[in-house]
Amino acid sequence: MAMTDTAPLAKADIELARRRQKKINGVILLCLAAFVALAFGATSEGDAVFRLTLPRDAVKIPNLVLPAAPYAYIVAALLAFFGIRQFLRGGGRSTNVFLGIGLLLVVTAFLAWATAGKSFSLTGMLESTLVRAVPIALGGLAGVLSERVAVVNIAIEGMLLAGAFAGALIGSVMGGVIGIVGAVAIGGLFGFILAALVVTHRVDQIIAGVAINLFVLGLTSYVSSQVLTEYTWLNNAPVFRPIEIPFLSDLPVVGPVLFRQNLFVYGALIMVLVATYYLFHTRTGLRARAVGEHPEAADTLGINVYRTRYINVTLAGMVAGFGGAWFTLGSVGRFDEGMTGGRGFIGLAAMIFGRWHPVGALMAALVFGFADSLQQKLAILQTPIPSEFLAMAPYIATIVLVAGLIGRARPPAADGQPYIKE
Amino acid sequence: MSEPGKLDAISSDLLKRAVADRFNGEEMILVPVLSVVLALAIGAIVMLATGVGFGSIGQSYLALFTGSVGSVNAISETLTAAAPLTLAGLGIALGFRAGLFNIGAEGQLILGGIAAVAVGFALTDTPAWIHLPLALLAGALAGAAWAAIAGWLKAATGAHEVITTIMLNLIALRLVDYLLRNPPIQKPGRADPISQSVLPSAELPRLLTWIDPNLRVHAGILLVVAAVAIVYWLLFRTTKGFEFRAAGANPDAARYAGMRSGLIIVLVMATAGALAGLAGANQVLGVLGRASPGFSGGAGFDAIAVALLGRSHPVGVLLAGLLFGALQAGGREMQVAAGVSIDLISIIQALVIVFMAAPTLVRATIPWVFTKQVGR
Amino acid sequence: MDIELRGITKRFGPVVANSDVNLTIRSGEIFGLLGENGAGKSTLMNVLSGLYRPDEGEILIDGKPVRFEGAGDAIRAGIGMVHQHFMLVPVFTVAENVVLGVEPTGRLDHLDLKTARRQVREIGAQHGLVVDPDAIIEEVPVGIQQRVEIIKVLFRSADVLIFDEPTAVLTPQEVEDFFGIVRSLRDAGKALVFITHKLFEILEVADRISVLRGGKIVGEGDPKTATEADLAEMMVGRPVSFTVDKAPKAPGPALLEISDLKVLNDRHEVAVDNVSLNVRAGEIVGIAGVQGNGQTELVEALTGLRPTVGGAITFLGEDVTRASTRDLHARGIAHVPEDRQRDGLIEDFTIAENMVLDSYYDDRFSTGLNMHWQKVHEETARIVTEFDVRTSSVFDLAGHLSGGNQQKLVVARELSREIKLLIASQPTRGVDVGSIEYIHERIVAARDAGVGVIVVSTELDEIRGLSDRILVMFRGRVVAEFDSASATVAQLGLAMAGAAA
Repeated sequence: MAMTDTAPLAKADIELARRRQKKINGVILLCLAAFVALAFGATSEGDAVFRLTLPRDAVKIPNLVLPAAPYAYIVAALLAFFGIRQFLRGGGRSTNVFLGIGLLLVVTAFLAWATAGKSFSLTGMLESTLVRAVPIALGGLAGVLSERVAVVNIAIEGMLLAGAFAGALIGSVMGGVIGIVGAVAIGGLFGFILAALVVTHRVDQIIAGVAINLFVLGLTSYVSSQVLTEYTWLNNAPVFRPIEIPFLSDLPVVGPVLFRQNLFVYGALIMVLVATYYLFHTRTGLRARAVGEHPEAADTLGINVYRTRYINVTLAGMVAGFGGAWFTLGSVGRFDEGMTGGRGFIGLAAMIFGRWHPVGALMAALVFGFADSLQQKLAILQTPIPSEFLAMAPYIATIVLVAGLIGRARPPAADGQPYIKE
Repeated sequence: MSEPGKLDAISSDLLKRAVADRFNGEEMILVPVLSVVLALAIGAIVMLATGVGFGSIGQSYLALFTGSVGSVNAISETLTAAAPLTLAGLGIALGFRAGLFNIGAEGQLILGGIAAVAVGFALTDTPAWIHLPLALLAGALAGAAWAAIAGWLKAATGAHEVITTIMLNLIALRLVDYLLRNPPIQKPGRADPISQSVLPSAELPRLLTWIDPNLRVHAGILLVVAAVAIVYWLLFRTTKGFEFRAAGANPDAARYAGMRSGLIIVLVMATAGALAGLAGANQVLGVLGRASPGFSGGAGFDAIAVALLGRSHPVGVLLAGLLFGALQAGGREMQVAAGVSIDLISIIQALVIVFMAAPTLVRATIPWVFTKQVGR
Repeated sequence: MDIELRGITKRFGPVVANSDVNLTIRSGEIFGLLGENGAGKSTLMNVLSGLYRPDEGEILIDGKPVRFEGAGDAIRAGIGMVHQHFMLVPVFTVAENVVLGVEPTGRLDHLDLKTARRQVREIGAQHGLVVDPDAIIEEVPVGIQQRVEIIKVLFRSADVLIFDEPTAVLTPQEVEDFFGIVRSLRDAGKALVFITHKLFEILEVADRISVLRGGKIVGEGDPKTATEADLAEMMVGRPVSFTVDKAPKAPGPALLEISDLKVLNDRHEVAVDNVSLNVRAGEIVGIAGVQGNGQTELVEALTGLRPTVGGAITFLGEDVTRASTRDLHARGIAHVPEDRQRDGLIEDFTIAENMVLDSYYDDRFSTGLNMHWQKVHEETARIVTEFDVRTSSVFDLAGHLSGGNQQKLVVARELSREIKLLIASQPTRGVDVGSIEYIHERIVAARDAGVGVIVVSTELDEIRGLSDRILVMFRGRVVAEFDSASATVAQLGLAMAGAAA
C-alpha cells in the first residue's frame, strides 16, 4: 500500500482565469487612455472653467480652471500607467479599484473637454446629482429590504407611483407633512399587499409585482384623468423647500451639495444609514437576513419566516412610498400620469448594482443621478454629441460595469423562492 | 421480466396518460371566468368610489362588451390590438420557459419597428411579395440582435438579464428618439420626431376591407397564428425546445446532461427578441404606417403581463393576448360612449392577473361557487 | 428531563408518515432510533422539535402534555435538534449562526457579537468543541459545521438533543470523536436521540434502540444482545444480505488512464492534486474518502463539467482532457451524478423527458430538430419496466417519484444504452434498502458485461461490497490503494483520515 504525504489544500498558484481577467482590464484601461488622448486631448482648446460657488453662497471660492487639452493628456498618461501596470503585474484585489478610478478620470476628462473654452457650475451639477438620485436610491433601498428576506420586488415602480400620487392628493388637501405620511402609508399598503400575495397566497413573486405595477398605473391614471382633471385643487400640493443647516450649509461646495437640500434628500440619506444599521447590526436584521438566506434554518430556530417577510416587505413599500412622494411633494407639487418614468426599475438595477446593500444601492443611485444631471447640464454647453447619446451613456456604463466587474454578485440565497411550511 | 409479452403489457399501461389530472374543469374554466367577473366587479367599485353613477357603470361595461366583441368592427379592433401583445408575449414566455426574465421586449419591439419602417420606405419599386417579407425580417432581426446582446452578456459574463434588459430598453428608447429626429429616418421637412411613411408595398394588407373599408384587422394576425404554432412546435416538439425547457427548469441538470447553457441563453434571447421585433414591425406595417415616439403604446411591457397570464404556454399567451386586446378595444369604446377613462382597463387587467395567479384568493372571496372546499 | 410521545400520527395528504408512534426518551441515556430512508424518522423528530404538528397523539414532558406551535416552543422546552442537512446560514459567521434566534442584544436592538463570540468560546471549551467564532460557515469543513450545530443546540441550553443521521458526512475517526462527545453529553445528564440507518453505529453507541418501519414502531432492541442481522431484518421487514454477490473480476484492456490530473474547485483552490489512476474494462474501482476531499471535482473533470489545469485524461487511447460533456457521453461514458435531485434529473419534467435528458439528440429519439416523442415514450416504458422504476405512467413527473425510484430512473437512463465506462457518484445515497440492492446488482451486471466502473462513495460498506479495487482520496490526492478482498475497515478509515498506515 502506497502512501503519499498529505499537504493541505494549497491556494492555487495557477490563476489562469484571473490573470486573463487582469489582462483584459489592462487592455481596457489602455484603450481608454488612447481614447482620452485622441478624442479629448487632441480636440480641446482653451481652459475649462468649473464654477465651484453658487450665486447665493456666503463664502466664495475661486473657480477651478483646467487647461482642457493638457488635462486630457495627463489623464491619458495616468490611464496608460494603470493599464500597463495592470497588464504586466496584475493589480490583485485592487484590479476593480483601478478600473473604477480610471472610469472616473475619463468622466472628468470628458467634462473638461466639453467645458473647454466655457464655464460650467460643478457644484450645481453635484447638487442636482443628489436630488436626482433620491427616488432611485429609495427605490433601490426598497428592493434591498424586500430581497434581503427573499421576496423579489418588481413592484418598486408601482410603489413609487402610488407614493407620488398619494403625496399629491393628500398633500393638496391636508398639507405636505400629512401628504408624506399618506404616501408612506399607501406605499406600505402595497408592500403589505405584495407580501400577502406572495407569502399567503403563493402567487409567483414576479407575477405579483407586475400586477401591482399595472394596478397602480391604472388606478392613479384613472383617478387622475377621471377626477383630478376636474377638481384641480386636489392636485396642487405644497412643495418642500430646501432646509439650510446652519453653518454647515455655508461651507463651499459641500454646503450646497449636502446641507442645503430638502427633506427628501436628508430623509433618503438617513434611511440608508438606518437600514444599514438595521440589517447588519441589529438582532432583527440578522433574523431578516437569515430568512432571506436560509428560511428553513430560521424556521427551525423559532423565527417566524412569514411574519418577517410581511414586515420587511411592508417596510420596503413604506420606503418606496416616501421615495414616491419626492416626485410630487419634493419636486413639482403635482401628479402626472406615469410620472415615475421607470425610476423604480432603475432602482432595481441600483440594488443589484449595489450588491443588495443599502449603501451600495445609494452609490449606484448616485451614479445614475450624476449621469442624469450631467446630461441636463451638458445640453447647455452645446457639445457636438447629440443629447440622446449622452443620455444613453450611464446605461451603457451600467451594462459594462455589471458585465465586467460585478456580474456574479450574489443575491440572497433564497431570493424569489416561496417558503412552504410542511 | 422473463416473458417479453408480459413486459409489453406493462409497458403499454405506462403509456396511458392520467386524463383526470390533466384537465380540472374548476381550475381551467371556472377560475378564469370568475377572475374576470371579480375584476370587473372591483372595477365597478372603483368607478363608484370616483363618483360614476350606477347608470354610467352599466353603460361602461356594455360599451366594453360591444366595443370588444359586439360587432365585426369590434372584433377587428380586438384582433388588431391583440396582435402585438401576443407576438411580444410569446417571446417573453419563451424566455420564462428557459428561466430568463426578459424585461427588454419594449426595447426590442421599438427597434424592430424602426428597422421595419426603414426597410418599408427605403426600398422603392419593390414588389410587395419581396418588400413586405423583407420589412418583417428586418424587424425580427433588429429585435433579435438587440436581445442577443443581453443574452450574450449573460452567457459570457453572468450579467443579470434583468439589469441589462432594463438598460437596453432605456438605450433603445433614446436611440429611437435620435433616429426619429434625424435623417434618413425622419420625415423630410418635419421638425418633430416622426419617421417617413411606409410604402404601400411593405404594408401588411388589411383583411376585411371587402366587408367594410374601415376594418383595420390586417395580415398581422395570420403572423400571430403562425407564431403561436411555431413557438408551440419549437418548445414541445423540437430538440432545441427541449433544451430551452430543461435549462429553464433546472440549469444544473441541463449542464450535467451536456447541454450548452451559454448557447441556449443566446438562442432563447434572440428568438424572443425576434418575436418582439416582429410585434413592432406588425404595428408600423399593419396599423400605423410610420413610427413616432411612443408608437409601441407600451405593448412590450403589457406583453410581460400577457406572458404571465398565459402561463408561458403559447396557447395560453394567445388567449391572454386576445383578452387584453379585447379589453383595450372595449376600453376605447368605453371612454367614448360612457366617458369613463380607459385607464380603468389597466386596473381590470391587473386584477385579472392577480386572481388568475392566486386561485386561493378567488376561492376565499366567493367560496360558494366551488364544490371543493378551500384547504389542503 | 423525560419525554414521552404517545400515539403520534402525522399525515401528508394521503401519505401517512407516522402512525400511532409511542416512545420514551430519558435523560442520561442515548436512545437510538433505527429505520431506513423513508421510514418516517425525520418526520417524527420534526414533530418532536415543533416543526410539524401531529394530526393525532400528544407529547408529554415529565408527564405533562405540551403543545408546540413552532420550533421556538420546543427550543424553550429544552429540545434541540441537529438536522441531517445542517440548518446553518452559509454566509453568516459561526457566532452569528449559534446565536440566531436567541441573540444577546444591547440598546437599540444592537446585536452584541462580542458577547456572542465569548459565549461560543465558552461552550466550546466546556464541551471540547473548538471552533473559531468568526469563521464563515461556507468556508469551514462539514465536521466543523456539525460542531457548530451542536454548540448551537447547547447554547439554547437544551436537555434533549436529537441527532438526525449525524455521521453521514464524517470520517470513521471523526465518528469516534463524535461518539465521545455524545457519551460525555449523556454523562452530563442530557437525553440524546440518535437517528440512523447504520446498524453498527447504533449498536456501538445507543443504550436503547427502537426500530421504525413504514411509519410504525416495529420493534425494540437491547444493544447488548441484539445483532446486526436481527436489527436489519426488523428495519427492512425481511432478511437482508450485506454482501454484494459478484463473480471474481475478469478485467480486460485499459479503458481510462488519468495522469497527474490537477483540478481547481469553485474557490480556485487545488481540489484534485496530481491524481493518477487507471480503470480497466470489467472492473469496479471504488473511490473512498470523506466528502469534500476532491472526489466531486475529480468526477466533474472526468465528465467534462469542470476544466482541468494540469495532467491528462486518456480514454480508449485518445486524449479527452478537454472533451465536452456531450463528447464524452457520445464516447460511451455514463455518469450518475451525486446529487440526483439537483443535477441528475428535472423534477418538473415527466419521467419520459428525464429518460432522454442526455440522449434526446440521439438518432433514436430525434431527427434534426424534430423530437420523436412517441418513440421516447415507448422506449421509456420499456426501460422503466426493465429497471423496476415504480410508476403508473411515463407521463408522471419525476418529482413525484420516491427517492429510491428517482435514483433507479437515473441509473436506468445511464445503463440503458451502449456504454463503456460508468461513473457513479454516491449511487445509493438516501435510497431504501430494496433499491440499494437492486442498483448494486445492476452495477455489478454492467461490470460483468465488460463495462469499466468508477464508484465514488462515502459509505465504506458500499465501497467494500462493490469494488474490485479501492482508492482512497484525501485532500485532493489518492493516498492509498487497496485490493478490496484484503482491505479492512480500520485500514480504510485511517487512510480516509489522512494518517499513514
